[in-house]
Amino acid sequence: MKALVWHGKEDIRCDSVTDPEIQDSRDAIVKITSCAICGSDLHLFHNFIPAMMPGDIVGHEMMGEVVEVGRGVNGKLRVGERVVVPFTIFCGECEQCRRGNYSVCETTNRNKAMADKVFGHATAGLFGYTHLTGGYPGGQAQYLRVPYADTTHIKVPDSLSDEQALFLGDILPTGWQAAVQCDIQPTDTVAIWGCGPVGQMAIRSAVLLGARQVVAIDCLPERLSMARAGGAITIDFEEESVVERLNELTGGKGPDKCIDAIGMESHVGLSQPDTIYDRAKQMMMLESDRPHVLREMIYVCRPAGVISIPGVYSGLVDKIPMGVAMNKGLTFRMGQTHVNRWTDDLVRRIEEGQIDPSFVITHTARLEDGPEMYNVFRDKRDSCVKVVLKP
Amino acid sequence: MTYLANMSRNEGDPRILSTGPSSLGSQDRMARGLGWFSLGLGLAELLAPHSITRALGMEGREDLVRAYGAREIAAGVMSLSVDRELGLWSRVAGDGLDVATLMGAMREDNPKRGNAAAALALVLGVTLLDAATAASLRGKTRRSGRPRDYGNRSGYPKGLSASRGAARDLVKPDDMRAAPAVTPPPSRPEPAHPRPM
Repeated sequence: MKALVWHGKEDIRCDSVTDPEIQDSRDAIVKITSCAICGSDLHLFHNFIPAMMPGDIVGHEMMGEVVEVGRGVNGKLRVGERVVVPFTIFCGECEQCRRGNYSVCETTNRNKAMADKVFGHATAGLFGYTHLTGGYPGGQAQYLRVPYADTTHIKVPDSLSDEQALFLGDILPTGWQAAVQCDIQPTDTVAIWGCGPVGQMAIRSAVLLGARQVVAIDCLPERLSMARAGGAITIDFEEESVVERLNELTGGKGPDKCIDAIGMESHVGLSQPDTIYDRAKQMMMLESDRPHVLREMIYVCRPAGVISIPGVYSGLVDKIPMGVAMNKGLTFRMGQTHVNRWTDDLVRRIEEGQIDPSFVITHTARLEDGPEMYNVFRDKRDSCVKVVLKP
Repeated sequence: MTYLANMSRNEGDPRILSTGPSSLGSQDRMARGLGWFSLGLGLAELLAPHSITRALGMEGREDLVRAYGAREIAAGVMSLSVDRELGLWSRVAGDGLDVATLMGAMREDNPKRGNAAAALALVLGVTLLDAATAASLRGKTRRSGRPRDYGNRSGYPKGLSASRGAARDLVKPDDMRAAPAVTPPPSRPEPAHPRPM
């Protein structure tokens, strides 16, 4: 089969690889019909996430048709069914899964010993990601082996197109969880840093959940226009001070809830001088992440507010004003998304017409064009916001 | 490389049969080559400045060569990073300093004038390569044309106004609630929401 394979920093290739096979009775094989390039794939592309190995198949946003199931799936999934595959692999049986904390499932990380050493305690297995999360082959491919397939799937109603359903596997529930964990009240101002795909989903989630006002922060005109269409007031951080504008919009009190939809790769520019310092340290391998957004959120958030972090961080950050966070009594909520905790509800909301996530797709291409589409997405060429690949 | 990549696969996981075109272009590979060259030259200048000044007839200028070595290493690290275009332009600027310094060694009374001339030719050649590669990278990564207007992509099939608060029926999980207010807050006036584009 064809698959997009990581060969090193900025080196993704469309390779011919052997077909996946059932390895365990709870496995299924899915023929991929649509997959997407995620912002966190760019962290792998830039080699900022440790423990990637040449030969790893990338991709963790994918859907398709079940073509084979193991005996242990026990009828919970049948050949021919259409499914979205969530990026978090979960067993559904361990203590964390029973609590709904699927992204920290205690069972599915097959490199548990290594992850225990690095993280203290292992988290769930993830598709197409680092070997610290199991090193499972990803879904930017023609076929995918889905471990724990009896639980790790989202069935897609016939009424939904691939484009409407695909993002149930990651960016929609990620934006949704980011907003839900803010516990949005009708009086709240929610500020969202980053108008990429997750930021766009977070904007719409905050609007649906009834925030008083949603403020979106970015510097790319096309992304800001998409944010405004979703109901956000926008701030172009290249043009105006984020802190001053947010204070102006909140009567000097600061936003009640702040969402970081950027993560470890903040935009580097003279308007944000600390990012130049971070970038220099990152080059010298003295810091793994550029946490400008985190610093700004802690500074501008209203005391006793909530900081929600769906953006990916990989390791060590520097100069975090922890004293400010402590004295302001901020609540931090973060983590990889517990995808299936939200998806039954989100499928209903898509079917009812509350949201149609396909609005975010700006580019569709063949799987073979995937390597070049990584460059297009990374460089934001042709106003690219979201790429969908068709194997 | 493919053999090594396949060796590290978990049993049963897909293995590479043949590789296809890469996302890395020829200019990216050239930038990497120049970055490694910069690191090598920088290390040589830092560790063996006496050999370099002797070969060029520039004895007594070892501290300057060491400083240039540090500059080369910084430019090399940048050229190997995702900001390689910046790294290459910093190399071009550094090449200018090298040319100016070598011009000083072209004086008539320098017995190593021939070596200095060869070094000058080499630096001029590398400068052209640096500038050409940096320019090609700029062309590759630059955002061109007018940004598109996505003002019609609300994502709400029923419209923005009907969607505000439409999901207030969500039963929020207890573990994701903020601390409740001790007394109910006074309601604030509704803001003027921006109109959808």
